[in-house]
Amino acid sequence: MGDLIWIFVSALLVNNFTLAYFLGLCPFLGVSGKLQTAFRLGLANIFVMLITAACAYVLNTWVLVYAPYLRLISFIIVIASSVQFVEMALKKLSPDLFKALGIFLPLITTNCAILGLALFSTNKGYGFVEGMIYALGAGAGVTLALALLAGVREETRILNIPKVIQGTAINLIIAGIISMAFMGFAGLFSS
Amino acid sequence: MNEIEEKSKAAQEFLKGLWKENPIFVSVLGMCPALAVTNTAINSLAMGLATTFVLLCSSILVSLLKSIIPKQVRITAYIIIIATFVTVVDFGLAAFTPAIHKELGAFIALIVVNCLILGRQEAFASKNSVGLSILDALGMSVGFTFAMLCIGMPREILGSGSLFNIPLFGDSFEPWVVMILPPGGFFMLGFLLLGFNWYAQRKKVLKVKST
Repeated sequence: MGDLIWIFVSALLVNNFTLAYFLGLCPFLGVSGKLQTAFRLGLANIFVMLITAACAYVLNTWVLVYAPYLRLISFIIVIASSVQFVEMALKKLSPDLFKALGIFLPLITTNCAILGLALFSTNKGYGFVEGMIYALGAGAGVTLALALLAGVREETRILNIPKVIQGTAINLIIAGIISMAFMGFAGLFSS
Repeated sequence: MNEIEEKSKAAQEFLKGLWKENPIFVSVLGMCPALAVTNTAINSLAMGLATTFVLLCSSILVSLLKSIIPKQVRITAYIIIIATFVTVVDFGLAAFTPAIHKELGAFIALIVVNCLILGRQEAFASKNSVGLSILDALGMSVGFTFAMLCIGMPREILGSGSLFNIPLFGDSFEPWVVMILPPGGFFMLGFLLLGFNWYAQRKKVLKVKST
């Protein structure tokens, strides 16, 4: 049990996917303009990550043992089809959530955080439960980072920022400061 | 006349990737590897070359197969082609340079989802001849590798006081450790983009003044 909590906290704070591994940066910089959309994208991320982690575990135990060179291709196909499947299922089961997620759901296919999750969790040799907890922590971490940056960006809109630094430049520097703050969490594991 | 025009067009396809449409500084594509593995100059160069190989090979294959691939499944087909070449690079690096392979880790596999590569297939290789696609791919990858080194070299110089593992300063140099840690990547790219903006604006001001 204790191990599982550490896996969760580690993926959420210490090895945050966005702020420490730079995964999923495109949406991080693209859609973090508004807090609400950022939050929804985060939720969609968690959702797909959980499914991917389960599929990656199944593939890794039963298929890739025999054909390790198929790893990348099979993962990417699984991600693309599971996103498609989630899209169809949500449309049928919960139209409200489907509407709220909108365009972000299909775009998740090309999000490197998802493939990164599948690769990292199989590299670390996590079992099924550990893999799911890892996915949950990583997804929550991405959501947290997105929400934090969106919050700061909403504030910067009313500030008088010099023209040369507007746009991606200032967002990256803000992200750098948030990432620096997150490095403080590394101390959690020193003991 | 036509020949000259063709030549200058070809040169343009190559040169646009270097500066005018530089994938990292101008279109801001392929950011994950640009920030994640640029903590030393060697890693930046290795990542740049790996991406070059994948981009070049997939561009050639896609432009050869462009009339065979059905339109509806083209993205899937591109991704599978890219994933195949990334697997080649992954296994190749593991066999020949295990040290670099270990340093780059899962980020080599993540070249698959580098939007730069898929973007070039969709926007260029699927519409143009093999020759032009090769030039476009080469230009983009040289631009990408150049940008990686622009981020990687200052990070290594400031963060560990060396360049390509050769120490530059004496023992008295106190390294800025933060530069080789994740925040350093964000700061470095942020400041480089700031520089680009400043340059573009100054050029505009000078143009207005001269007219």
